[in-house]
Amino acid sequence: MELNSNLPTGPIESAWDRARFEMKLVNPANKRKYNIIVVGSGLAGASAAATLAELGYNIQCFCFQDSPRRAHSIAAQGGINAAKNYQNDGDSIFRLFYDTVKGGDFRSREANVYRLAQISVNIIDQCVAQGVPFAREYGGTLANRSFGGAQVSRTFYARGQTGQQLLLGAYQALERQVGAGQVKMLPRTEMLSLVLVEGKARGIVTRNLITGKIESYAADAVVLATGGYGNVYNLSTNARGSNCTAIWRAYKHGAAFANPCFTQIHPTCIPVSGEYQSKLTLMSESLRNDGRIWVPKTCGDKRPPVQIPEPERDYYLERRYPSFGNLVPRDVASRNAKAVCDEGRGVGETALGVYLDFSDAIQRLGASGIRERYGNLFDMYERITGEDPYKVPMRIYPAIHYTMGGLWVDYQLMSTIPGLFVAGEANFSDHGANRLGASALMQGLADGYFILPYTLGNYLASTKLDKVQTDYAEFRREEAEVAAMTKQLLAIKGKRTVASFHRELGKLLWDHCGMSRTAKGLQLAVTKIRELREEFWTNVDVLGRDNEMNQALEHAGRVADFLELAELIAIDALHRDESCGGHFREEYQTPDGEAQRDDEHYSYAAAWEFRGLDQPPELHKEPLQFEYVHPTQRSYK
Amino acid sequence: MRLTLHVWRQKSASDPGRMIQYEARNVNPDMSFLEMLDVVNEELTVKGEDPIAFDSDCREGICGMCGFVINGVAHGPRRGTTVCQLHMRKFKDGDVLYLEPWRARAFPVIKDLVVDRGAFDRVIAAGGYISVPAGSAPDGNAIQVPKQNADLAMDAAACIGCGACVAACPNASASLFTAAKITHLGVLPQGQPERADRAMRMVAQAAAEGFGSCTNIGECEAVCPKEIKLEVIARMNRDFIKAAWTNRGTSSATGGAG
Repeated sequence: MELNSNLPTGPIESAWDRARFEMKLVNPANKRKYNIIVVGSGLAGASAAATLAELGYNIQCFCFQDSPRRAHSIAAQGGINAAKNYQNDGDSIFRLFYDTVKGGDFRSREANVYRLAQISVNIIDQCVAQGVPFAREYGGTLANRSFGGAQVSRTFYARGQTGQQLLLGAYQALERQVGAGQVKMLPRTEMLSLVLVEGKARGIVTRNLITGKIESYAADAVVLATGGYGNVYNLSTNARGSNCTAIWRAYKHGAAFANPCFTQIHPTCIPVSGEYQSKLTLMSESLRNDGRIWVPKTCGDKRPPVQIPEPERDYYLERRYPSFGNLVPRDVASRNAKAVCDEGRGVGETALGVYLDFSDAIQRLGASGIRERYGNLFDMYERITGEDPYKVPMRIYPAIHYTMGGLWVDYQLMSTIPGLFVAGEANFSDHGANRLGASALMQGLADGYFILPYTLGNYLASTKLDKVQTDYAEFRREEAEVAAMTKQLLAIKGKRTVASFHRELGKLLWDHCGMSRTAKGLQLAVTKIRELREEFWTNVDVLGRDNEMNQALEHAGRVADFLELAELIAIDALHRDESCGGHFREEYQTPDGEAQRDDEHYSYAAAWEFRGLDQPPELHKEPLQFEYVHPTQRSYK
Repeated sequence: MRLTLHVWRQKSASDPGRMIQYEARNVNPDMSFLEMLDVVNEELTVKGEDPIAFDSDCREGICGMCGFVINGVAHGPRRGTTVCQLHMRKFKDGDVLYLEPWRARAFPVIKDLVVDRGAFDRVIAAGGYISVPAGSAPDGNAIQVPKQNADLAMDAAACIGCGACVAACPNASASLFTAAKITHLGVLPQGQPERADRAMRMVAQAAAEGFGSCTNIGECEAVCPKEIKLEVIARMNRDFIKAAWTNRGTSSATGGAG
């Protein structure tokens, strides 16, 4: 396998322009002769499908939910970044680029990030025109707020439901194309395999989640926009159904998987309350604009928060990072929360929590001012915990939220399999080792509205593609494998539920490959994951049949893939003998406990190639060059 | 806590279906309703019984995938709350609960509590959008929107498409859903060029899907987890009547609005 990132040369400011000019175009009359499969209907998938359909390609779009509007992009709360500089506070494309590269702890590609920052301004324009009801000032102009890792206000938002509104914009554009007959939408359909013909991605095999029927779909190119793999930890802020199956099975067909250990832990989530917990709920990072994070100064102080006087509180982020304060990037905020809890100063019943206190902001802005900004989040907090955050501080704790790693792609967003493109959280491209808040929505929409429509056309125009049919042997073989795996899962009839395996796997990864990692812990994790996987395939109990709606069977297939991916995550974390961004190895830290990078040895993207389950994966390195943002020790002090 | 559940079990669309009784033991008040069902399902699995099928995804009240009727009320007893955000502390030890799927001709049951809401997607596809190809938009601040209108649009746009309004309506009308989208887009300057056509087409599609008409009962507003106001239906009716009267809509619509 050879990694060719196809990065443009020359000045970065005009690199994307030059790259676009050099791309081959498909003439309008020929576009309708091409079929493209888009898997996933979140921000990246829906925007890609809608835009490609608008250009005239024939699209088949797949999602496992009952409607494309359910995709988990919908749950993003806080906002979307764009270098508009509407606030006149010193923002620019270069500053957004700089903040993103620095925030990613110098583990992303400069050219990709610069392009993302450039496109950010077009995204806002596009979304406004679609009718996304962004927050407005009284004069009618767009409002902004600030987010972690930045000192300017560049985040556009729609109350605490920005992801919902952006997704509905993309979904409506998609449905418009469905109505026009350019997109065939296939909901409740799960991709279970990728089909390669003569080395190129030419189709997928799916399971109809209502009838259980295994079916093949052929196309000229395949786009995976299936999101991240945070649910490998079982408890995460992802939706219950979010999974790694599409990208994992592509990996097993030859697509390199990059930086799997770069997982993001979000500092502000509602703490776990019990064993039955099915997911963790995020409280938007935007809350850190007005909330102050603290714990008691003394260990084991069990007084209710209102009874702890000011001098006995430790506002540890403000103390340690005076210039960014509560708005330090997510990885820094999370690690600090863990540190104070490890010291025994955590709050709440489990002592795994810190306070996020709004009393100062409520005094300043009044309860109505706070309700205007965060009303829906406060309501959600009250519903889940039964506590009123207008009266008592919220309790928060870090949780798995986003995965920076994903399938390796070149500058054109194509994986190591020709014709297989990967967009949004499913790829690894833009966030390095840590993603800044309000950048995921930006990346998903940049990929879908403004990058894939060019790069996919270039691929089609410059590649000879014979027509393929779903009765080819390649399709039949994949169908047979998928059917065999389904049968096998149903035939084990063991003693443990799928959910119990998922819980155990999640706990294992969280303990050894979560907020902080050690070589010893990771080695242990690899062994235990293998044992658990073995037990799964001999002792799982999946009821029902394969020719009906069977939710346990769906979950079983996803957990089977998580059990394999988990091992790769641990292997990647073990090989990277440095700390960077969300990957914190306890052996590598500065004297004051910050992440210690090793640029000399690890300034590369680690792309893993599948060599069979009984073989270790093969590591390929894509070196990273920094011409514009010189790598420094990140400092938010 | 301990609860008795009577749950609608239906193997497939063609199966007649019936209520089956289950006991939910060891219910923790901090559980969400769906987590309580997860635990019941794990116990059923261990006993070798088919677990109860229900839809859910985000489990934070925003994706709109979950939803069923609890004791006759869509999404259960707490106002402005989806079942995934409904917590067991709202119930008492010993409560008897009846769980049923959304019931409407346009939402056929797929299995147990799972229904097919594809009709909603088709209503949106008929006109619930602003036609703006990627790349053709002017600068974001070139289109100024009074804050009041932006807020009103956002109130309507908060709809999650869960279908509770249809399930609660004695006419199984999709008026609240349809009108929320017509209002969201219709109060924004960007939505004006297609406003008349949008109302005509979406209303026609809703009728074609088999949703009933609105008779201003207001059950929809009462169960809406996003508390969309009945007022949006008045706006839809106004847009529809105006479009029909001035013949601005290019497509022909049959039947009335809400």
